[in-house]
Amino acid sequence: MPLEWFLAIRFLKEGRAQTALIFGGVAVGAGVVVFLSALITGLQASLVEQTLGSQAHVVVRPPEEEARVVERPAGAVLAVRRERTPQRVQAIGQWQQVLEQARSVPGVIAAAPTVNGSAFASRGSVTKAVSLRGVEAESYDRIVAVSRKLELGLFRLAGAEAVIGKGLADELGLEVGDKLRLAGEGERADVFTVAGIFDLGNKDVNQRWVFVPLRSAQNLLDLPGGVSTIELRVEDYLKADEAAQLVAARTGLVAESWTELNRQLLVALRSQSASSYMIQFFVIVAVALGIASVLVVSVVQKSREVGILKAMGICTGMVQRVFLIQGAIVGLVGSALGSALGAGLALLFANLAQNPDGSALFPVDLNATLFLTATAVATVTGLVAAVAPAARAARLDPAEVIHA
Amino acid sequence: MPEPLLELKEVVKDYGTPPLVTRALRGVDLSVTPGEFAALIGPSGSGKTTLLNVIGLLHKPTSGRMTLAGTDTTRLDDDGLTRFRARTLGFVFQFHHLVPALTALENIVVPMWSLQGRRDESMRRRALELLDAVGLAHKADSRATALSGGQAQRVAIARALANRPALVLADEPTGNLDTASADEVFGLLRRVNRELGTTFLIVTHDPRLAQRTDRVVEIVDGRIVSDEAVATARDQPRPVSAKA
Ligand SMILES: Nc1ncnc2c1ncn2[C@@H]1O[C@H](COP(=O)(O)OP(=O)(O)OP(=O)(O)O)[C@@H](O)[C@H]1O
Ligand SMILES: [Mg+2]
Repeated sequence: MPLEWFLAIRFLKEGRAQTALIFGGVAVGAGVVVFLSALITGLQASLVEQTLGSQAHVVVRPPEEEARVVERPAGAVLAVRRERTPQRVQAIGQWQQVLEQARSVPGVIAAAPTVNGSAFASRGSVTKAVSLRGVEAESYDRIVAVSRKLELGLFRLAGAEAVIGKGLADELGLEVGDKLRLAGEGERADVFTVAGIFDLGNKDVNQRWVFVPLRSAQNLLDLPGGVSTIELRVEDYLKADEAAQLVAARTGLVAESWTELNRQLLVALRSQSASSYMIQFFVIVAVALGIASVLVVSVVQKSREVGILKAMGICTGMVQRVFLIQGAIVGLVGSALGSALGAGLALLFANLAQNPDGSALFPVDLNATLFLTATAVATVTGLVAAVAPAARAARLDPAEVIHA
Repeated sequence: MPEPLLELKEVVKDYGTPPLVTRALRGVDLSVTPGEFAALIGPSGSGKTTLLNVIGLLHKPTSGRMTLAGTDTTRLDDDGLTRFRARTLGFVFQFHHLVPALTALENIVVPMWSLQGRRDESMRRRALELLDAVGLAHKADSRATALSGGQAQRVAIARALANRPALVLADEPTGNLDTASADEVFGLLRRVNRELGTTFLIVTHDPRLAQRTDRVVEIVDGRIVSDEAVATARDQPRPVSAKA
């Protein structure tokens, strides 16, 4: 062990009450930071999950149809009145090519074609308006993980199979294996077998969405060979906007990220993060001031010893390091204690407040990165807080403090 | 005549900045040969501590030259001074100034550790030897705070000797002790001087102790006013090299 470490540890051990107090202070500070981060991250994850649990990060669709001026006589000035045309289900031309283009955009990790439109689901005499979603189970599952949110059955769309939400299942009294009639455009209709019942965490979705095979949806909606949207998943959902812009540029189609449809959610997430950072910042400042003041007091208390050490031939740099190391140790050990404290508090909190179904009302997110970050930040904070006291110790004139 | 260990020429030391300048040393010439055991006496405020601090490289002289162990110390920079001090000088002060966070043994190991950069077993052994020499081997693992004043001062002497200094500077080493402890500590310094040949320069207010050294240097108002060899029945007189 180098001499500076030996002295730093001995000095800390010597100031028992003082050391215990400052460790406690740093631990509480780090605990608050860890607890707050775990809570905010957990809450945000669950909020985002509620929204993105049934929604793609980016949806690619054809541009809206616009009325065009049919003919423009030479030299004539035209007053044009644009009326929005009624939108019908439109297809993306050459969607396989678009799919490839979208997949090649950096950040995009999955892409799936879907055929969307309205239809009527009926069983016996009961009929409900539903939202028909023709997908390939395998590719779509990577956009929205339906297979992990099944109440019953499988997310399987082979032949004439359909997967419906639990709301619709209740309304129509359907169970896995039952038959369901779906009617689309005009006279087009087909009978499907319920292969699975999902709960995507959104009442409306659970009541209205019906997954059928891509081909069946094309049939029912009269879109032979076409798809209406291509849905994408990106690596970092907070960077969906950038990915959407790139996709739009590459494909020439409209690409909408989830944030455009959920502006408010995004604003809420951002302001939550900002206020939590703010609190954490001030906690860190308070911790730094605490460490600095304790070390300053310790330098004053030890000025004679520091003086004598210098007279004994311990150089200025080493004196400085002795106090810097003390700051770093306080930060490191304090934050390790604090991480445990914060984690315990977070788990306690998550266990105390529960939903009726037993899941946490306040989900917390505790991960190694959080602890490592908290510890690293606290160590650096301790080091920085020790700079002034260390400089003060280094400046001490041995002759003066010894004879004082 | 042997080469002097320490030589001061026209050393002046001012404290403060103009116009509030105190001239603590007004041109001191002093030469000390290896193996000497000398006392520095003088009234309060005469500049004894200042002179010791200058010799101990804790203060830079305002002017004048100083040579210690063959090195012109006015040419050394701060870290050079620190290292040179660690190798050449030992200090004993009126208050022992042991580091309370450390044991008696560790207090003696630290100067060796600091000089050599890394700790090894030989340092522990040497520290134990030194503690044994000052009669405190049994207190090796006691915290510095658990020692009596006389014991602490003896540990401080052991610490001053850790790096085998050529010159030990002692500023009223017995000033804070009762007569019995003072005699014991003084006797210890004397023994080290005799057995190891270590040179001592000791500030003292006690004329009785001063008479037990080989040479008494008296300083008044920043000047050396007398410098005489002491002849006693027990101690051999030694040559004196500086003029009054
Ligand atoms: N740091 C300082 N700043 C200003 N003046 C000082 C300082 N240290 C000492 N002096 C002055 O220098 C002169 C010599 O002081 P010094 O401490 O060397 O005396 P001394 O002989 O050791 O006295 P004592 O026997 O009381 O210890 C005194 O006039 C003192 O006031
Ligand atoms: Mg003095």
